[in-house]
Amino acid sequence: MAEPGASRLLTGWGRTAPTASDVVPLVDARVADTAFVHAGARGVIARGLGRSYGDAAQNAGGTVVDATALAGFHEIDLERGVIRVDAGVSLDSIMRRMVPFGWFVAVTPGTRHVTVGGAIASDIHGKNHHVDGAFSNHVLAFTLHTPTGVMEVTPDSDPELFWGTAGGMGLTGIVTSATLQLIPVETSLISVDTERASDLDDVMARLVAGDDAYRYSVAWIDCVAAGAQLGRSVLTRGDHAPLEALPAAKRTRALDFAPGERLAAPPWAPNGLLNRFTVRAFNEMWFRKAPRHQVGHLESIAAFFHPLDGVRGWNRLYGNRGFVQYQYVVPDAATDTVRATLEALSAAQCASFLAVLKRFGPANPGPLSFPAPGWTLALDIPAAARDLTDLLDRLDRLVLDAGGRIYLAKDSRLDGALVAPMYPALDDFRALCDRVDPAGVLRSDLARRLGLR
Amino acid sequence: MRDALGNVQSVLVLGGGSDIALATVHRLVERRARTVVLAAHHPDRLVDAADALRAAGATTVEVVPFDADATDTHSALVDDLFDRFGDFDVVLVAFGVLGDQARAEQDVAAALEIARVNYLGTVSVAVPVAHRLRAQGHGTIVALSSVAGERVRRSNFVYGSSKAGMDGFLQGLGDSLVGSGVKVLVVRPGFVRSKMTEGMDEAPLSTTPDAVADAIVTGLARGSETVWVPGALRYVMMVLRHVPRPIFRKLPL
Repeated sequence: MAEPGASRLLTGWGRTAPTASDVVPLVDARVADTAFVHAGARGVIARGLGRSYGDAAQNAGGTVVDATALAGFHEIDLERGVIRVDAGVSLDSIMRRMVPFGWFVAVTPGTRHVTVGGAIASDIHGKNHHVDGAFSNHVLAFTLHTPTGVMEVTPDSDPELFWGTAGGMGLTGIVTSATLQLIPVETSLISVDTERASDLDDVMARLVAGDDAYRYSVAWIDCVAAGAQLGRSVLTRGDHAPLEALPAAKRTRALDFAPGERLAAPPWAPNGLLNRFTVRAFNEMWFRKAPRHQVGHLESIAAFFHPLDGVRGWNRLYGNRGFVQYQYVVPDAATDTVRATLEALSAAQCASFLAVLKRFGPANPGPLSFPAPGWTLALDIPAAARDLTDLLDRLDRLVLDAGGRIYLAKDSRLDGALVAPMYPALDDFRALCDRVDPAGVLRSDLARRLGLR
Repeated sequence: MRDALGNVQSVLVLGGGSDIALATVHRLVERRARTVVLAAHHPDRLVDAADALRAAGATTVEVVPFDADATDTHSALVDDLFDRFGDFDVVLVAFGVLGDQARAEQDVAAALEIARVNYLGTVSVAVPVAHRLRAQGHGTIVALSSVAGERVRRSNFVYGSSKAGMDGFLQGLGDSLVGSGVKVLVVRPGFVRSKMTEGMDEAPLSTTPDAVADAIVTGLARGSETVWVPGALRYVMMVLRHVPRPIFRKLPL
């Protein structure tokens, strides 16, 4: 049996499929080793801030190691922008500490509230993937606790283990600390260009034509729009604002960074609050309020990258059945798959909020790392939506036929039989797991559901 | 594992010969269910049903003997099945006997059989099943109760009282499992046209095994604790529950 921890019901950010685990705080890196030793047949998985949408960081009947308890900064090299931090440190705390010194995380997702360990395990990406790659591309080293020992891993020391852990959903071990390369910034503001695109062809053409000119690029698509307006979008693209972009009076405080939460979602929201009528109204308002064309607008890091972090617990707005996030990537040529997705969602009258469309750059060697060159589309759908299993299963087939894949960190409902065709290197990953964890101690609900091991 | 939309991968049926159970399992196999174990009183009668499940996409289908009345065998059977097949996402408790009311009023052996199978049998499987599900940290017990147990009627009080007992037990069990990741879904159908009721007069608001199976699948997706089939029975019974005894016993129910 696992050593006594508090039994807790856990879900991912989508608040679906709760299961019970013994939660053990990682107060010291050695707790990971103890957890492996005491693990029963149900195994161990690490958990960070619980921002994976599905069941990646839960382990029914087993042990969940809560890495947020281990959150120290160890080395900070202000000359080179290199930091050594514990795995439970959040990107939020890295930004709060490092932005005032002119260093920013190389990759940030749509929320700052993820841990470094989780960012590696999911090999997260951001709006700059087409330029900078995924999170693990900027990880110089990490300490990995596995059931067969503790190792310091770099891309050179053990490339198989390094890249297997990047996007490996925690199944190769527990990362306890990592060395990160940050990127230099002159200000804490982003210079943003905004354009509206009238339909899907328009937005794709604009993304293809203009992406190279921007470090950060993303399009927000109104999923409710249909017919001639199918795929109407707002493109927001930008880069870190240079000092001279700021008015002289503000230059002395150019690196201030102290984002706050403006709102909190109520602790309970009625089911069906986000339905196709309210979502349609929201999307309409949001599209119309976006400027048709605006250049060089200065926005804060929080406003540009993390708009939803301003509303604490926004995931509760979907009611007690929660929501699923659906994200895939398909090759550049598969524009029809994106179109078919939007048509299917629109026809099903799904209450899907804004979807995010972006182009990825080259993949890294991670066998389970999600990003690959092409189009990535991400959208939220209430889990209570009618016939959602059939709709998403149909879309999975389109994605697979196009040579694409689903993002495991967001998945909560994929058919496990599709993982191997979507991730052709899955067997390499399994071989790696057998090497570092021959007894199969590392387990999660995601791994069980999809048969990852 | 159950997914975010309530689809499950492995199902154990206790009372695998039940029309409702087979209709339910078929729906689950059409989605994600790949492992199905049917524990039934007459395994030999389920050869075709097992083949049909394999044809529908189930990769592991096994039929094992199970006697709901042999309560001393239940714990060992449950442990053996969980040990051999791993996690069960759903355990469907589908056995039960209707019995013959008139005979049961005269013949104590007939009355006791109904009480033993429906009530004791449920208690006897539910305790070890709940124990195993609690240990795996997830899972749903789906149990076929009946409107007959909601308010026991003169015309079938032996069966009705056994269902009242099992229904009450399961509600309490569900409450005891809050926070464990395990849920109990109590299904209360009205008159179901099936093997069990062959040759009987249909009651109003009668239903079919397919309709009950649909309601169970929906209940699993929603994480419901109770489903009525048809749904209108919830409101009918809400009224009947409060009809005074002198009037209730005169109603043609």
